[in-house]
Amino acid sequence: MSSSKKASVGRRNFLKGTAGGAAALLAASHRAPAQSVEPVRSASAAVATQEHDPSPVVETLTADRPGADFMLDVLKAIGFDYVFANPGSSFRGLHESVVNYGGNKSPEFITCCHEESSVAMAHGYSKIEGKPVCVFAHGTVGLQHASMAVYNAYVDRAPVFMVIGNTVDAATRRPGVEWAHSVQDAGVLVRDFTKWDDMPVSLQHFAESAVRAYKIAMTPPTMPVLLVADGDLQETPVRPGEHLHIPKITLASPPQGDSGAVAETARLLVAAENPVIIADRCARTPAGLKLLVDLAETLQAPVINQYGRMNFPSAHRLNQTERARTLISNADVILGLEVWDFWGTVNNFRDQLQRTSRPITKAGAKFISISATDLNTKSNYQDFQRLPDLDLSMAADAEATLPALIEACKRLLTVDRKNAFEDRAKKLAEAQHEARGRMLTEASYAWDASPISTARLAMEVWAQVKEKDWSLVSNNAWPQRLWTFDKHYQYIGGAGGAGVGYGAPAALGAAIANKKYGRLSVSIQNDGDLMYAPGVLWTSAHHGIPLLSVMHNNRAYHQEVMHLQRMANRHQRGINTAEIGTTIKNPNIDYAAMARSMGVHGEGPITDPNDLGPALKRALDVVSNGEPALVDVVTQPR
Amino acid sequence: MRILLITILASLLLAAQTPGNAKNGRKLFENYGCYQCHGREAQGGLGTGPRLGPKPIAFTAVQRYVRQPTGQMPPYTAKVVSDQDLADIYAFLQSAKQPPAVKDIPLLNN
Repeated sequence: MSSSKKASVGRRNFLKGTAGGAAALLAASHRAPAQSVEPVRSASAAVATQEHDPSPVVETLTADRPGADFMLDVLKAIGFDYVFANPGSSFRGLHESVVNYGGNKSPEFITCCHEESSVAMAHGYSKIEGKPVCVFAHGTVGLQHASMAVYNAYVDRAPVFMVIGNTVDAATRRPGVEWAHSVQDAGVLVRDFTKWDDMPVSLQHFAESAVRAYKIAMTPPTMPVLLVADGDLQETPVRPGEHLHIPKITLASPPQGDSGAVAETARLLVAAENPVIIADRCARTPAGLKLLVDLAETLQAPVINQYGRMNFPSAHRLNQTERARTLISNADVILGLEVWDFWGTVNNFRDQLQRTSRPITKAGAKFISISATDLNTKSNYQDFQRLPDLDLSMAADAEATLPALIEACKRLLTVDRKNAFEDRAKKLAEAQHEARGRMLTEASYAWDASPISTARLAMEVWAQVKEKDWSLVSNNAWPQRLWTFDKHYQYIGGAGGAGVGYGAPAALGAAIANKKYGRLSVSIQNDGDLMYAPGVLWTSAHHGIPLLSVMHNNRAYHQEVMHLQRMANRHQRGINTAEIGTTIKNPNIDYAAMARSMGVHGEGPITDPNDLGPALKRALDVVSNGEPALVDVVTQPR
Repeated sequence: MRILLITILASLLLAAQTPGNAKNGRKLFENYGCYQCHGREAQGGLGTGPRLGPKPIAFTAVQRYVRQPTGQMPPYTAKVVSDQDLADIYAFLQSAKQPPAVKDIPLLNN
């Protein structure tokens, strides 16, 4: 908190104090030759100097304790491990405080090549670590770049903490670029898809709003928040004797479901003959996975994982994800835990010229939802999905509600119900075994094909990583089916808003979170996605982040190929033109060379499946030494 | 009505008997975008389309579904895919290789 007397004259006050001479100074400047190097001052310049810098007072040019130092004290108190940022002048004060005053530790500055990458990295990080990192960005151009990644995190209900630079006071802005980089209301750009934002006008205001923002971001439903760090506030010294207080950081307990609704849910579940538990973004913390296992085993009820989070062990006998359609069709009670699209789960929708839908559930089936999303729904962006016909709806955090629900179920158990549950468990175990056999048979088709099948790719990677402490930091279908997941950090879910360009940076952010635990981070990386943000390769090399990226290189934005095909077929024309504008060919991209150009070990393109295992092994040797590696694999479409 | 049914049946049988060219069928399978959902070897795609070969379902069933799909598949009408094209594609599906048994693939037995 120490500061020198010189620091008592702030940038803002200093400029205010000299405002009387500003007109003369400006006039003098305009009269002066633009390229003058005249060593002798002109008369007008001398007058201006006299008015601007009256002798004998010496202009204060340095500060011992800029406001940004206190801002960093606040960020340190909150406990951020990292700042993810592409550098920007509007937060130069904060940047300098991080690297010098803070010693570039806790938080450490991670250099990103694009603000969208910064936020997507933060998104991926939060899903491993369960808390946000801090993202710095320009309040204008940086936030504009970042906005799509903010939207992804919002839809995915993931906490991201953004601090953006801006200079509100027009009288203190540097002419030119700083005006283009300033905005009246910075937060409005993303207000539709952030949970809270503020524009503090004092350091104390910054401290309180930063702690408040963190608390809001971390209270389910967790979401991105944004704080403006005013440029003047960053660079103006702290006033001597100014009492600044960092509020105590006390997170809110997550909201639990109403006790009556919990009791009724337990009654329905225990009485049900064919209950089904559907989990999407249920396991918010490592405890969530264990709680869901406890609930499922208490009821011997099947669990369908919709993969929003690492909800349930993949090999558990009650994991019946492969049989989702059959089980949902036969269910008498369906419990949705943080299910993003309940309506879409219990209805079939056909994307034909006439869009039609029909329920896939039995008449009279009871639908119960526990979701924190109901606590915070906004109007403009339509990510809230179609409204399902629920019988019970708890606006509450599912994970926080599970302990009470488990206890309520256990209290209702009778010998008869336990016996019925055991019978159900045996049938489910048999069905799961058969489903596993079908999956393996499916995986065997096109096993030796070139381009390489995605099942083959998944199993070649699995063979290399399964004995290690691994974490899959991407969202891929075959690993979900064939690998054995049983730890919370082994899977991070998807983008949320399905905005392309999330995958590569989110994988890197998750890998940064995994690094301190010594985990092996593996990403099966889509080619189109990587091309949105290839700079993350450089970031991974620069900061020495161990991450194995295995390209799922189908040389297309494949989802869009299929959409275009659908349109052509519907219109009965040009059914052979769907690759125009949707593929990434001619020339084919050499991802291995691209990786090498940024300091990342790169191999490929690999087209022969027999070459894949050895290439992965070599890449893993690099990753084991703490460095990133990429293996480019030319694959089947899906 | 009876005559109509016989006519339809006859045409289906005729179509079923149309000899197909597997080599051209593979080309058409790519060009017409079948591979997008079903994989380049017709092995199926996760969440996009089922496996079609080897040992495809009966040609008449394939033809009926392709022309008037009841699920998510976009329609391939006779205007854009002729019966002969379909027969060629079907020949390709029939020619698809049977994979090794799961028990013979070490990576699937881990």
